[in-house]
Amino acid sequence: MTARRPASLRRRLVVQLLALAAVLAVLLFAAVRFSAERASEATLDAILGAAAIAMAEEIRSAEGGAVMDLSPGTFSMLAAMGDERIFYRVNLGTATLTGYDDLPLPDVVPAALAPHFYSTRYRDTELRIAAVSRSLRLDTRPTALLVLLGQTRAGQSTIAAALANRAAAVGLVVFLLAVPLSLLAADNLLRPIARLAEAVGRRGARDLRPVRAATPTELVPLVSALNSFIARLRGTLAQTETFIAEAAHHIRTPLAVMRAEAELALHQSGDEANRARLRRLIRAVDDSARSAGQLLDHATVLFRADQQALADIDLGVLAAALVERFRPTAEMKDIHLALVAGPGIKVRGDAVLIEAALRNLLDNAIKYSPGETEVALALKREDGRAVMRCRDHGRGLGGAALAQLSSRFQRGPNVGDVAGSGLGLTIVTEAMAAMGGRFTLEPAEDGEGTCATLSLPLPAA
Amino acid sequence: MRFLLVEDNRELAASVAARLALDGHGVDQAHSLAQAADCLAAAEYDLILLDITLPDGDGRDFLARHRRAEHQTPVIVMTARSAVSDRVDVLDTGADDYLTKPFDFAELQARCRAVLRRRGGAAQTLRPFADVVFDPLAATLSVNGQPRELRSREMRLFELFVSAPGRILSKEHLCDRLFSFSEPVSDNAIEVYVGRLRKKLAGSHARIETVRGLGYRLTDT
Repeated sequence: MTARRPASLRRRLVVQLLALAAVLAVLLFAAVRFSAERASEATLDAILGAAAIAMAEEIRSAEGGAVMDLSPGTFSMLAAMGDERIFYRVNLGTATLTGYDDLPLPDVVPAALAPHFYSTRYRDTELRIAAVSRSLRLDTRPTALLVLLGQTRAGQSTIAAALANRAAAVGLVVFLLAVPLSLLAADNLLRPIARLAEAVGRRGARDLRPVRAATPTELVPLVSALNSFIARLRGTLAQTETFIAEAAHHIRTPLAVMRAEAELALHQSGDEANRARLRRLIRAVDDSARSAGQLLDHATVLFRADQQALADIDLGVLAAALVERFRPTAEMKDIHLALVAGPGIKVRGDAVLIEAALRNLLDNAIKYSPGETEVALALKREDGRAVMRCRDHGRGLGGAALAQLSSRFQRGPNVGDVAGSGLGLTIVTEAMAAMGGRFTLEPAEDGEGTCATLSLPLPAA
Repeated sequence: MRFLLVEDNRELAASVAARLALDGHGVDQAHSLAQAADCLAAAEYDLILLDITLPDGDGRDFLARHRRAEHQTPVIVMTARSAVSDRVDVLDTGADDYLTKPFDFAELQARCRAVLRRRGGAAQTLRPFADVVFDPLAATLSVNGQPRELRSREMRLFELFVSAPGRILSKEHLCDRLFSFSEPVSDNAIEVYVGRLRKKLAGSHARIETVRGLGYRLTDT
């Protein structure tokens, strides 16, 4: 089975334009040639006709016959027509009076003194003949006099051929000019399509904004079909997000009941075996709650990444609010949460995405650090980028690489008993990717712990 | 402390109220925004715990009205949605903090303390015992008028003792209240913190006694 080459609009357009140009060139050639021939023929015919009329008028009746006095004027007229041969035939009644008696007669009898022209083959050459008739009174009886004057047209053919060549040359030039013009026209016409394709093709994988590129009227149906498709896709995604949110709500409320009840039971139970079971139950509840939350956050991050709702964000303000939010959590483990922020570091991005990324980093740092240590978040400008660096003194990465840790549902080899969903770093990676940011995770250079770095491009000053 | 708990799920409300009562807090329950408004009109609260989805309206609208009326009672929102944007939204409306369900009650306590501390604190949170004055908000123990700073865990441990003076508290019980359930805890962790508290209590009449094989108790000597 051979795949058919997909039709190219450009090729079709160019071919059609060129075909049109070729037809026009041929028509031009034909018209030039035809009118040139007609013009020269009409001129020659006029002279030939005049000569024939002159001849007919120079015949007069005489005793017992007719006399023809050819005046030099008549022949000099013919000689003016160039290097042509002349044949003539004069018929009086039905008899040939003089000249070539096999010169072909006209199909019709010409009217008196109005020349009738016709072309014929005679003695292997093309001959143009003017036939003139008049009535000659012969012995008091009117007799029809017919004068045929034939002339070869070799000179005229030569002229016609030269004219034809010139006409052909003009046609060819027109056609050759049409080639670049039609290529240009095709490109020009197809440029909006190319622009549209480029605008759609340049988009990120998650960019689901409607296409807003200016398009010519003819492309509007295509663009609106594309946009309605994008809208449907967005709708589906939004529905999924809403569904996850609802699902999370329905899961979390009973989980909250379960956790509170389990804590109460734990408090009231004196049996250590039961208490151990209740602790495991609470941990399982925490695990499911965390997974539900992270799934929801993950969906939200993907959704926001699609929206590309960018704004100017003061990282210092955002980070300060977030650190304040985490302080009670850190305090429970007597972890000191420090924020060192350079002044007025602003980026262009989505606050929700940046916050989701930072939140996950801080959450991890606190979660995996032993009590009474420090977690420090530093904000600075570095190599033209806004850098957010989160440094902890926790258990480190256990030799795992970032790519491994940021895959969905992958956790490090040294997480131990710490609850987690394996989605946190995936969320960080995706949030950063949506804004042209970078995320690195490496063991701290000085001492224990991990150093997680987010960086975002600084807006051009 | 006195809480107003606004939560339409009665099971959850009952559990949360019981769990808060365990820490010695008084809790009034409201199952709708209308009930919440009635409670607020009738009594003073230290803190409001507010659910977002309620049968007669959105908790965020209630929050906005509450702030417009210039009520000073701090509000902690409990959300089950936890959408990243939802959180931002809630704080914009004027909540002091938020928690996602299900929550760790130790974290709720920590957030309450942080909120009350930000709000300038409440004098009635001071808890005298023997010749010691304990301030959980400032995390200090004052012995003979001299304040001694406590770290968060020391403070929470002392709070457990002060809430049940004279009662024997087992190591396991203290451990469950002091550490999160997903946190590795060494066997002698409680001993370490009790040791630290004893140092801070030095020179006072308050004493943490070891009851061999059973645990510890706070006594006034």
